[in-house]
Amino acid sequence: MFRKRLLCAVMTASAVALGAMSALAQSGQPIKIGSILSVTGPASFLGEPEKKVLELYVDRINKAGGVAGRPIQLTVYDDGGAADKAASFTKRLLESDGVDAILGGTTTAATMAAVPLVERAGVPFISLAGAVVITEPVKTWVFKTPHTDRMAVEKVYGDMKKRGFTRVALLSEDSGFGKSGRDQALTVAKLVGMTVVADETYGAKDADVSAQVTKIRGAEGVQAVLVSGLGQGPAMVTRDYRKLGVSAPLYHLHGVASKEFIRLAGDAAEGVRLPAAGLVVAAQLPDSDPQKKVATEFTKTYEEAFKSEVSTFAGHAYDALMIYTDAVKRAGGTDKAKVRDAIEQTKGYVGTGGVVNMSATDHMGLGLDAFHMVEVKKGDWALVK
Amino acid sequence: MTHRLLGLGLLAVVLALLPLGLPNNFYLDMAILAGLNAIVCVGLNLLVGFAGQVSLGHAGFFGIGAYATAVLVSTHKWPALLALAAGALLSAVIAFAVARPILRLKGHYLAMATLGIGIIISIVLRTETRITGGPDGMIVDPLNVFGFEVYGERVWYWVVAGLLLVTVWLALNLIDSPVGRALRALHGSEVAAETLGVDTARFKAMVFVLSAVFASVAGSLFAHYAGLITPAKADFLKSVELVTMVVFGGMASTFGAVVGAAILTVLPQLLTVFQDYQHMMLGLILMLTMVFMPKGLLPTLAGLVQARTSLGGRR
Amino acid sequence: MAEFLQYLVTGVTIGSIYALAALGFAIVYNASHVINFAQGEFIMIGGMATATLTAAGVPLPLAILAGIAGAMLVGVLIAKFAVERARNASVVTLIIITIGASIFLRGLAEVVWGKEFHRLDSFSGNAPLMLGGAVVTTQSLWVLGVTAALILATGLFFNRTMAGKAMLATSHNRLAAQLVGVNVRHVVLAAFALSAALGAMGGAVVAPITYSYTEMGIMLGLKGFAAAALGGLGNGVGAVAGGLIVGIAESLSAGYISSAYKDAVAFVIIVAVLVFMPGGLFGRAGTERV
Repeated sequence: MFRKRLLCAVMTASAVALGAMSALAQSGQPIKIGSILSVTGPASFLGEPEKKVLELYVDRINKAGGVAGRPIQLTVYDDGGAADKAASFTKRLLESDGVDAILGGTTTAATMAAVPLVERAGVPFISLAGAVVITEPVKTWVFKTPHTDRMAVEKVYGDMKKRGFTRVALLSEDSGFGKSGRDQALTVAKLVGMTVVADETYGAKDADVSAQVTKIRGAEGVQAVLVSGLGQGPAMVTRDYRKLGVSAPLYHLHGVASKEFIRLAGDAAEGVRLPAAGLVVAAQLPDSDPQKKVATEFTKTYEEAFKSEVSTFAGHAYDALMIYTDAVKRAGGTDKAKVRDAIEQTKGYVGTGGVVNMSATDHMGLGLDAFHMVEVKKGDWALVK
Repeated sequence: MTHRLLGLGLLAVVLALLPLGLPNNFYLDMAILAGLNAIVCVGLNLLVGFAGQVSLGHAGFFGIGAYATAVLVSTHKWPALLALAAGALLSAVIAFAVARPILRLKGHYLAMATLGIGIIISIVLRTETRITGGPDGMIVDPLNVFGFEVYGERVWYWVVAGLLLVTVWLALNLIDSPVGRALRALHGSEVAAETLGVDTARFKAMVFVLSAVFASVAGSLFAHYAGLITPAKADFLKSVELVTMVVFGGMASTFGAVVGAAILTVLPQLLTVFQDYQHMMLGLILMLTMVFMPKGLLPTLAGLVQARTSLGGRR
Repeated sequence: MAEFLQYLVTGVTIGSIYALAALGFAIVYNASHVINFAQGEFIMIGGMATATLTAAGVPLPLAILAGIAGAMLVGVLIAKFAVERARNASVVTLIIITIGASIFLRGLAEVVWGKEFHRLDSFSGNAPLMLGGAVVTTQSLWVLGVTAALILATGLFFNRTMAGKAMLATSHNRLAAQLVGVNVRHVVLAAFALSAALGAMGGAVVAPITYSYTEMGIMLGLKGFAAAALGGLGNGVGAVAGGLIVGIAESLSAGYISSAYKDAVAFVIIVAVLVFMPGGLFGRAGTERV
């Protein structure tokens, strides 16, 4: 009885609030976009460019007259890489700022902390994080722009097999992305006939991983090593790896596709391979590649505005903003349910991550074709042919 | 006696009127978090303020309560209240086991030992990934009591406010009891208290266990309310935050602990307007308050008011 | 055996940094009976200043000196404006003042140097040496050498110079020292400056191993405190020994027990030791003044 009344009260309250909001929304009011990003902390080189890109493009869109005549109002909160902060900022965006949509969750952990809240509130949410768990199983309001870790692992194993390696050692981070990557690496290994000969973990905030690397160095018959992590952690792993003189080739996932990684790891990054969206090797793509134009243009805009090199993470934020604003145009307003449907119907959007074709069963919409193996050569990315 | 009831009544009135002044659920959310912190701080204040024992590890007990609830309710489908009680019991047992040897330590050694225990608890929570979900934490089911689901900020506010009143009432009674008087003697001088025939070791241990239980219960409720618990809620910085609330509001003052918890829960949210400068501001405010009001906010203000009135009376 | 040696090398290297931090805790504790929770931030200042200044083209030795000078200035300011003023406050109030200082310094560092990680190259090349199957980087040797030199210099300072003896005298008996003409307030300032210099130098030499970032000092500082308590608060030799013990134990357990529990090792040791030896390994159990 009590519970029913309570539910009733909550429902009336939210219905009134919703009604009030949508009435306001249609009259030339700003479109409120909220964003939770890891601008500081171990994933800062992912979150920082994401924030810059959102601010840059929101500014450009507003100067050009907004979306369907309405300006965008952007609110960004920094979760510092902590899931609990991401959850409380999500609450703040939903309850206090009353946003029309949320872009972000730089990390898998932040995204998964926000998911129950946005699902309950019914607000479109486009994540910038990698793990497959975000969109599989499909959640009504949740979408994502980067490739999944499963695709990254498939790509890496494919490259290893091409080079004749079948015995791989795993070194994974204790972060959400790191753990998910490890799970995928173990599962996919069985499917494609790879043998995992060592399985070590490290902490995202560790200052030293030489103990783990020493163990991998001592493991029997290691032909290649795959690190599953994002941000600063893998740079530290790379350095300790070279320092201890391990000779097996080193692979990372797409959580490090930024020049910042090469800068932090220094010479140790030479020869490291990882899968990445075409954005970081835009100039090396063949002219026939559908992505070439978008990626080159975005790179030019980014590098002119910030005087620093573009990363795939900047691209994820750009894609999320474009997919959302495009959906708003097609839905004819910011009505949350209509925009959600419109996002789900995104077809043929050519973004920095690839060509996006979403559906009711695929809330990411990317194929493997836009995912490339790259190798660090002389401090730059080189496309592996 | 009347003084005590007066304070409690005032707190009840403030808590009852507060929701009227809060524009939306976000502010209600802050009030709830402040209330939960206040419950921990009232308990911690018994230890720090009245028994004169430093603890830099109480977030560990908050974490034990929160994770007991998270694991038992969400994974093993226990009834919420049973899980809460189990967490409190576990905290009590751990606190009891370490209390005797640790509370023998003095000053900074005690700070070190409690800090160590808190950090060990948080590292266990962070590392036992299979049970606790690791650094990213785990999702917790909503609080369900005998079929009623406690959900939504409004309902939670009243639950936490009620519990805070009960906690404060308990603490006030304890302070005024013979045990409480022994406690106050202890803060003055342990040796003196002992010569008067007070079993200081027993009392210190008792207060330590009690404050751990308060922290654990608040942790359990927090886990249900937030719906997500991470090891950050059990780590060193959270412990420091809790002690700071107690000292900031005023050591040896129950209402000071409540005020301290409220201010320091809201302050970081307000400081977000300073953007890049927010951490500097927080550090500066803490330092200045402690340097200029070493006894804390409430006792210093009370002292000022008292001086003013006695001055006026003389005139 | 090669593995054991490798863990030992790693342990001694990081243990040296803990030892420097612990020595800083001990010096400040002796002079003022304050545990300075901002000790870790001195390490951070040293690391950040060195990394960012060298990146901006300043020669390495100059960058290190600038970092040390900055840390010393900060140390003196904390001593003068926070610790001295709150002399008679309770232990926990003083703890919170120094924690407030450390939060402030981290915030300041975020504004000055930004929130990202900074890389600092090894002081002399990346070619490692081999020692019985274990890899020893040249930076490890720098850490060991610098630590040894600093500890030696600190020892000489306290035993051979007038100023050092005055500081020691103050720690033994503040009033008596005052009576024979020691300026006790200057002693406290000097202690903070000295501990800041030790921390900052430690931060500079360890930066090529750990990266520099605004939060690098938190764990290093806490483990330094654990090491200082392990050796007995205020005991300089004990602090150094405590630092090395913590470093080696941590590295060995990372290798043989669990790398995830590495950070807990220091605290398990200190809690266990305090339970059985309330004054640390080399300290005497204090008697309380009535």
